[in-house]
Amino acid sequence: MSRRRPTEGGPALSRRALLTGTAGALGGAVLAGLPGVLDGQEAAPARPIVPEDATKLQGAATSPLGERSPFVTASRAPYGETVGSSLTPLQDLTGVVTPSDLHFERHHAGIPALDPERHTLTIHGLVERPLTFSVDDLKRFPQTVRTYFIECSGNGRAAYREPKPEMTAQKVSGMLSTSEWTGVPLATLFREVGAKPEAKWFLAEGGDACLMTRSVPMAKAWDDAMVVWAQNGEPLRPAQGYPIRLLLPGWEGNINVKWLRRLELGAAPWMTRWETAKYTDPRPDHTADMFTFAQQAKSIITSPSHPGRIASPGWHAVHGLAWTGRGRITKVEVSVDGGGRWHEAELLGEVRPKAPVRFQHMWEWRGDAATLLSRATDETGEVQPTRTALIATRGIGTDYHFNQIVGWQVARDGAVTFHGET
Amino acid sequence: MRRLFPLTLLAALVACRGGDGPSGSDTADAGTRYGLGRPADAQFVARLDTDIDPSGAALPAGRGTAAEGAVLYAAQCAMCHGAEGLGMPPAFPRLLGRDPKAEDFTFASDHKLPKTIGNYWPYATTLFDYIRRAMPLTAPGSLTDDQVYALTAYLLAADGVIPKETTLDAAALAAVKMPYTDRFIWSAEAGSQDRD
Ligand code: HEC
Repeated sequence: MSRRRPTEGGPALSRRALLTGTAGALGGAVLAGLPGVLDGQEAAPARPIVPEDATKLQGAATSPLGERSPFVTASRAPYGETVGSSLTPLQDLTGVVTPSDLHFERHHAGIPALDPERHTLTIHGLVERPLTFSVDDLKRFPQTVRTYFIECSGNGRAAYREPKPEMTAQKVSGMLSTSEWTGVPLATLFREVGAKPEAKWFLAEGGDACLMTRSVPMAKAWDDAMVVWAQNGEPLRPAQGYPIRLLLPGWEGNINVKWLRRLELGAAPWMTRWETAKYTDPRPDHTADMFTFAQQAKSIITSPSHPGRIASPGWHAVHGLAWTGRGRITKVEVSVDGGGRWHEAELLGEVRPKAPVRFQHMWEWRGDAATLLSRATDETGEVQPTRTALIATRGIGTDYHFNQIVGWQVARDGAVTFHGET
Repeated sequence: MRRLFPLTLLAALVACRGGDGPSGSDTADAGTRYGLGRPADAQFVARLDTDIDPSGAALPAGRGTAAEGAVLYAAQCAMCHGAEGLGMPPAFPRLLGRDPKAEDFTFASDHKLPKTIGNYWPYATTLFDYIRRAMPLTAPGSLTDDQVYALTAYLLAADGVIPKETTLDAAALAAVKMPYTDRFIWSAEAGSQDRD
């Protein structure tokens, strides 16, 4: 879906723009000063080509769709998987909201192509009135707009099992993305169909090639669940469930069923493959937990982070994201000495439930080796555990919900590498 | 509050809200039913509603033997999951081959222990449901119910859950007891319902 891949190292102004639109006004003299344009060779994926002095010539024209600056190369990785995932480049982003085209992906059967005029949502089972809604019907209900994260419950597994210095924030925690979602509260729909009191669970089914199904306790529907059709002010991206998806704020990504086509109300869970063989958490006492829905208190410093480098001593804003699926983040602490001393970080902007908050800690680097860590606390009182503590309580083989403290080693030359063995 | 209003004011309020008059309502209460959507067509629902819960009540008619399943498996599944069901991780998951070291459900202490149908899956009905909805990967929904019974029987037999000569139908599948069901514990988030 991304129109330009970073590995192609797209030139600054496209060749077309240079040779037609803007370039036409530049004149040969200017063009001659742009290496790689007239000699017919694509410049190596190096620095984009821009004029020496942008104030001396007209800029590019308006266009139907915006593009990032050619100097911005943020991209999801890996890609090309239908049963698999792509990760959000957390190290390249600021603020809280994830640009929609950089939202992480996790599919079990690829991205289906769905016609919004043919796609419907049917609600049946333990209801007074089984109903089928068109997407337009759903948009006529009173809507709500909320900012929530979605995080795959497998996020952080590689960094938990086998932390490696060369891991990036994207690799460590990139299955976390945040959007402003627009949709209808599920409670509104369940009142419309007349949910029966005997209904204790509902089954959500997607319209992809694996007909993804998950069982959800009814309490979540009466709390904050939504059926959403928009993300960051525009219709959902196909990879995020176009035309509609289920949104269960704060709960593991998989249960936020995309391409939602059916909701069945029932008395007990269905025990689908995705809540038995997968998305269950083995425990050291030789059992496995089922229905572990909420994502726990968690944080990661995204700047500085690998493969970045601290260019010079002096003041630096150490910042990152903290989030919890159990309400609000109440505190984030940063340590620059590997956990010896902790400093309460500033929380930037409004702290919203089940949405990340960006934290910041000002740090004067004197050129010594340092270990930067962050530690989040949420309103339930949960404090992010160290990796050692999490292994002790959950085991190295636990499969989901990794919220161990992570951080970065800063070498004397400013090189930054991942520090996962906390 | 409203009951205390003078009648005229109440009448004005009702008029303002539009009531059920020809011009419709100008505003909605929290409990309003919007009358959107259309009655779900029973046949349409029946076509979508293929899910099978552990009671097996929704299992379809049909039957299949493990021997029939072995033939189907070799033809339609082995290319991805391997002749012995060992898979080609990470792309194609392992289905079979219980490691004796895993038989005490020690997955938390050793993530390299392979989870298989026999040593992990808590419900046999899940296997039927999943194969019918999602496999084979390149042609989901192409198997007949008899074929799904046969493949389910083959996989359960091959992983030591049921005898190799088993024929599965609705009643037989609903009765299959998986070895490790009792190891699965509902988290508090699942609410206070009883386990079935
Ligand atoms: C083209 C390759 C391919 C073929 C053919 C195929 N599968 Fe699969 N199968 C997969 C992949 C990939 C997955 C994992 C899907 C996912 O992770 O959501 C999978 C998952 C499964 C699972 C779930 C495994 C688990 O641990 O959760 C079962 C059971 C299964 N397949 C059975 C079958 C059967 C039976 C057939 C033959 C009818 C079959 N598969 C044919 C690729 C294939």
